Amino acid sequence: MTMTAGSNLEKIFKAGHKAITCECGPPRGADVEHFRHKASFLKGYGDAVNVTDNQTAVVRFCSLAACRVLMDMGIEPVMQMVTRDMNRIGLQSNVLGAAALGIKNLLCLTGDHQSFGDHPQAKNVFDLDSTNLLDCVRVMRDEGKMISGTELEGKPAMFIGAAANPFADPFEFRVIRMAKKITAGAQFIQTQCIYDMDRFSKFMETANDMGLTEKCYIMAGITPLKSVGMANYMKKFVPGLLVPDEYITRLKGVPKDKQAQEGIKIAQEQIQQCLEMKGIAGIHLMAIEWEERVPEILEGTPLHPRPKVD
Amino acid sequence: MVVAESKPVQEILEMIKDCKKVVVAGCKGCVTVCNSGGEKEVGVLASELRIARKAAGNDLEVVEYTCERQCDPEYIEPLDDLVKDADAVVSIACSVGPQYVAFRYPYVPVYPGLNTTFIGGAAEHGVWKEYCQACGNCIIGEFGGLCPITRCAKQLLNGPCGGSSGGKCEVGKGTIDCVWHLIYERLKNLGKLQRLEDPELYKDWSTSRDGGPRTMIREELRK
Repeated sequence: MTMTAGSNLEKIFKAGHKAITCECGPPRGADVEHFRHKASFLKGYGDAVNVTDNQTAVVRFCSLAACRVLMDMGIEPVMQMVTRDMNRIGLQSNVLGAAALGIKNLLCLTGDHQSFGDHPQAKNVFDLDSTNLLDCVRVMRDEGKMISGTELEGKPAMFIGAAANPFADPFEFRVIRMAKKITAGAQFIQTQCIYDMDRFSKFMETANDMGLTEKCYIMAGITPLKSVGMANYMKKFVPGLLVPDEYITRLKGVPKDKQAQEGIKIAQEQIQQCLEMKGIAGIHLMAIEWEERVPEILEGTPLHPRPKVD
Repeated sequence: MVVAESKPVQEILEMIKDCKKVVVAGCKGCVTVCNSGGEKEVGVLASELRIARKAAGNDLEVVEYTCERQCDPEYIEPLDDLVKDADAVVSIACSVGPQYVAFRYPYVPVYPGLNTTFIGGAAEHGVWKEYCQACGNCIIGEFGGLCPITRCAKQLLNGPCGGSSGGKCEVGKGTIDCVWHLIYERLKNLGKLQRLEDPELYKDWSTSRDGGPRTMIREELRK
């Protein structure tokens, strides 16, 4: 795998280190201070920080601007981009704009359906899907061409990522779908949050057998459980998310004011287990509205301190 | 067929509140088949309007007529005499109907009595489902004969997404089949699963509504 964008994240992988990415969601308003405050906890802990793009179809300040804010703070962003809200004209334009601002990591997603968000009356776009967007960005970068075939004046240097959900159905197809994304252009994968370790290790086994871990850096998605309430919610309401009873029992087994601590302990154990799996190239830590606990979580794992790469 | 459903009577009453006489025009095409705009429904709607207006002390004269079709100009013609002294036409054809009526009678207001919902078919008695979005470039042959454009909530060309669970789509609270799960199962049955291994690339939407309102011309039929 040759260097493509030269982002810190890409260099970490290339140097053979296990990478760590965190996540920071922009606010539902223009409160940039709040965003800076949340991001400040992640500095020095993640090799790069994902900036979500109107996640769960809820309007927030835009990913592109938030990435720039992170860069000004000395944090490398992974810009997330969904195909729900823009057609190929808007998407390609934003890829070029992101490159012009110096953004070097791009995560291509389809995005949650707008019926789950705060504007269910919206018209969706879905001109492309995530796989199409991956192909589009790869061709822009490597061949200097737009979807239309028009030559670009300047190629966008992007390290391209995709998501994968090992827990949706049909299970046998999940790895094949990830392989498709890799063929289309994904250089790294961040998975949906993992709780069912058995199913995830089966997923990774297949990925290894298919040689995918040789072609792409697979990062295991971890979301710490803040409470037993959150665990139950995830289990019940997030489609395809399997939270084993074992974790719920553990959280229930401690007093309410100790549940967060137990959740962090579980997350640290999961990180350790994932890092030991063959083919895992890093961890994607999604501490949803819990950025302030990220340092504590990571300090209890081999992922801290971070190596420096040139 | 084009599937349509009745608008609430209150909404129709509001549209025609200033009228003394209206024509309720049905259609013997698709909307008869889906029980929303045929002869029977014309009679029912006409009665409802009369009764509601009578109860409000403001009688309404309603003329009933069901066209052979409302999507052909020649079948609109029989309305010529009926609309002469009418204050409005309420068309309960699919939305093509009221537009043909509007075109033919420039000085007669026309209101839709139906909401046109989709191109689909009957799933069971009283249940209809959407199967086509008329994208103008059918690709279902690639996907086991099933349409991802219409039946996937995100129109994915490379599904199923992470929201597919137990064969159902995350949209619709378990009421919608994940078409990508169905496509997967069907291609598996047909021994063609490898079709799903290569990324399906960009769809050309210019044949769809995105290219502007469409016209189809068949020269051999025009002569």
